[in-house]
Amino acid sequence: MEVVQSHRKSSSNNVIVSTLPLYRSAPPLEVRLEDFELFAMDRLRVLKGISDGLSRGKKPEEMEKLIADLWKAHMRHPQANEEANKDIISHFVLRLVYCRTEELRKWFLSMETTLFRYRFRFESSEAQRALMSEFKLPYKAVSNAEFESVKDKLGQVARSMGQTLVATDAIFYKVPFEEVPELVAGRRVFIHKGHAYVAMNQVVSLVVTQFRSYLSKALILTNRKWTSTVREQEKDRMTPIVEALCTSYLGPDYSQPSEVGEISLKDIDQISKTSFPLCMRHLFEKVREDHHLKHGGRMQLGLFLKGVGLKLDDALAFWKAEFAPKVSAERFDKEYAYNIRHSYGREGKRTDYTPYSCQKIISSTPGVGDHHGCPYRHFSEENLRVALVRMGVSSRAVEDVMDKVRNRLYQNSPRLWMNLALLCQFQESNDVVNKQGVQEHNVAEFQGQAVAVSAVFQWGNLNF
Amino acid sequence: MTKEEAGNGRDDMEIDGSEQANAVPDGFDANYLRIYYGKLFPHADLFKWMSYGNDGKHPACDKSYFGRREFSFTLENDIYIRFQSFNSVIELENSIKEKSPFKIDIGPVYSVDPAKRHAYAQSGDNVFTPVERELVFDIDITDYDDVRYCCTGADVCLECWPLMTIAIKVIDTALRDDFGFNHILWVYSGRRGVHCWVCDGKARRLTNEQRAAIADYFRVYKGNENSHKKISLPGPVLHPFLARSYTEVLKGFFEAKLLPNQSLLSSEERYEKILEMIPDASVASELRGRWQENKRASMSKDDINLVRWDQLKSVLQSGKQKTQGIRRCVEEIVFSFTYPRLDMEVSKHMNHLLKAPFCVHPKTGRVCVPIDPNNCDEFDPTTVPTLSQLVEELNREGLRQDAENEWDGTSLGESVKFFRTTFLQPLLKSCKEDIESSYNAKLQQSKNTDTLSW
Repeated sequence: MEVVQSHRKSSSNNVIVSTLPLYRSAPPLEVRLEDFELFAMDRLRVLKGISDGLSRGKKPEEMEKLIADLWKAHMRHPQANEEANKDIISHFVLRLVYCRTEELRKWFLSMETTLFRYRFRFESSEAQRALMSEFKLPYKAVSNAEFESVKDKLGQVARSMGQTLVATDAIFYKVPFEEVPELVAGRRVFIHKGHAYVAMNQVVSLVVTQFRSYLSKALILTNRKWTSTVREQEKDRMTPIVEALCTSYLGPDYSQPSEVGEISLKDIDQISKTSFPLCMRHLFEKVREDHHLKHGGRMQLGLFLKGVGLKLDDALAFWKAEFAPKVSAERFDKEYAYNIRHSYGREGKRTDYTPYSCQKIISSTPGVGDHHGCPYRHFSEENLRVALVRMGVSSRAVEDVMDKVRNRLYQNSPRLWMNLALLCQFQESNDVVNKQGVQEHNVAEFQGQAVAVSAVFQWGNLNF
Repeated sequence: MTKEEAGNGRDDMEIDGSEQANAVPDGFDANYLRIYYGKLFPHADLFKWMSYGNDGKHPACDKSYFGRREFSFTLENDIYIRFQSFNSVIELENSIKEKSPFKIDIGPVYSVDPAKRHAYAQSGDNVFTPVERELVFDIDITDYDDVRYCCTGADVCLECWPLMTIAIKVIDTALRDDFGFNHILWVYSGRRGVHCWVCDGKARRLTNEQRAAIADYFRVYKGNENSHKKISLPGPVLHPFLARSYTEVLKGFFEAKLLPNQSLLSSEERYEKILEMIPDASVASELRGRWQENKRASMSKDDINLVRWDQLKSVLQSGKQKTQGIRRCVEEIVFSFTYPRLDMEVSKHMNHLLKAPFCVHPKTGRVCVPIDPNNCDEFDPTTVPTLSQLVEELNREGLRQDAENEWDGTSLGESVKFFRTTFLQPLLKSCKEDIESSYNAKLQQSKNTDTLSW
């Protein structure tokens, strides 16, 4: 049986090998079916970790560390060739999983390219050069003699960009200028007689571009093959695994929030009065009052409760109990339970739904019979005033808030949602101080919960 | 050369019944244009150029090549017809003579004959799309109106024309030395600017993205009337291309020609514009103070502009100036006044149409003649042959034996000869070589495909 070692060509006279595969062809290996799934899930953890890092706007240095940690945590193996096999197998399995729609392909392409880029950076320059030649890029390294002749100009270019040319380990490639339009446009290279002298760090992005371009085409081909032959052939073996992998819930488990404290059912009442933002308190009170909420309200409040730390079982119990006067237990199980489980990522797509952001809440359109949305935005002045007074906000503060609301709504600025959200927070913190009931509670305990809720509130609702 | 001289009106040499034949004012005349196209316009040369060697008998010649090139004509009364194409030099010549267009534009070579474009889709597999087009540049002196005081708008004179000379030198050197292009034609646009045609095969096959990259490589000036400082040269050191342009062209022209000719520092209004570019207010006011006191250059007979420029340089570049931005200011000022300002849009797109050389400009009557980049200092836009002048010369020449080379006896002769010897012949030689070698390579390859060579 052919081994995947062919990807690791040893150079003729040295032992420097690249461990970074280019995934050019599917490995002719035998894979146990359970490894098939396990390897893929591990790689998926890495890719989702990268996705998370990117969406949190991590800087390159942070991403570097993140990716190194992720790889170490999930993809390592004591035996080097086992590690390489896992690397390659997991990549190809995920290709099958993520080739099937445009959106999936885009995501996979983006994450794998990022992963490749950072892993490439980790490699030594010799390994990088070896990889480049595997790509069969028409780039020739500049000979020492030639380097000496253009050294001054190369130094000038580097300094014009605020960099320095470290002559000792500077590797340059001579490339037709047509291949590097971005570098030419930015005057970031020295060009002579149609050739651009490209520095090593500039070459990296070219290699990554090649990788990306290749993988993009490969995914389309994989999809064709999958839909035309493989899916049917493998319907008893690989196919169910592939289809499940994509939807598997590998993200943070919201039923056990780690950063935020848990909320139990008995605490909810109390906390709703002290720490919930106005929109959630309103929904909560309406549920208690009407023993029902329409879909929009259930989503907005339900996801918030999940974000605050309400476990799935407690959530099911909560809603069941609240709806009990109007909805029988059987009907609840039939019509409502599934959706709650779905919100918690236990059904269907297994998406970890995040609590709605203020932006989303403010831009929602509550209709007749709805109670969701943002009171600062959607309530009439009268109703908003009533709601604030009911919360125990002092009359002076109420007027202050009303004034601000009027101004902000009038402005209708693009960041209206943020203004209102900040107002809500402002009001909330003021309200906490104004509320008479505060002194009766253990301040620390109460504050702890308030912080917990606010932390989620901040993260969940204010994640802009 | 300004007004036409009244000729001696030889009776046997009247032109087409026009009584003004020999006392014709400057400018443009539709009848003269007809004569021009009839006897002077180099149709055959245009055809040979646009064929790029594909007009021969060589088996590798692409016979469809010339026919896939778009031309457009602007007729009298601003009637504009696009997507004209021709399959032979005869068709081209006849159409031009018949229509007598006020302007001829050259477009790209398309995937199929433009006349048949409607049969093809805009996207997908079977498309009508440009496949080759020269890399072109258009430099117009009106883009420099904020830095020239002698003329505005469409006017051009010998005081401000050096701006075009500078542009030619800077761009031409970069095209050859940096980008490695060889077959470059510079043409006077007929009124107030210059065009550049880069005709190497590599240039013709550039994508829009690559063209944009080259245009951006050349771009330094980024401003409009709202910004004071439109040139920004960050970095401790200039890119070699900018540095070379500065030391070899810009500095010299600025100090020797533009500064004195445009009196850039002589009056308050003018020197304020330069002082505005200095980011440090205290430095600017120091200079302002000195110049306000010193309204007359009493001490020396040197040009006041030069004196003040020296003062400015010594203040800005003195060792006392800590911030590098201040030191760099001198270059930025020079760049502002001299560095080429290209029309980016013209260069970026393959389908942009550009006026053909040897057209006559309708507003000035001047012929769009080639400019020798190695001698562009000598080029004088005010002495370029005009339509009426040429017709006049034709009259005086009388009948020639050689009807094909009527231009030879006129002022146009020099331009046509220059076009042929320095541009067309080397280009065609190179094209034929390319056609030969790619043909031979293909032959070799087809011999090899039967046997596995590696």
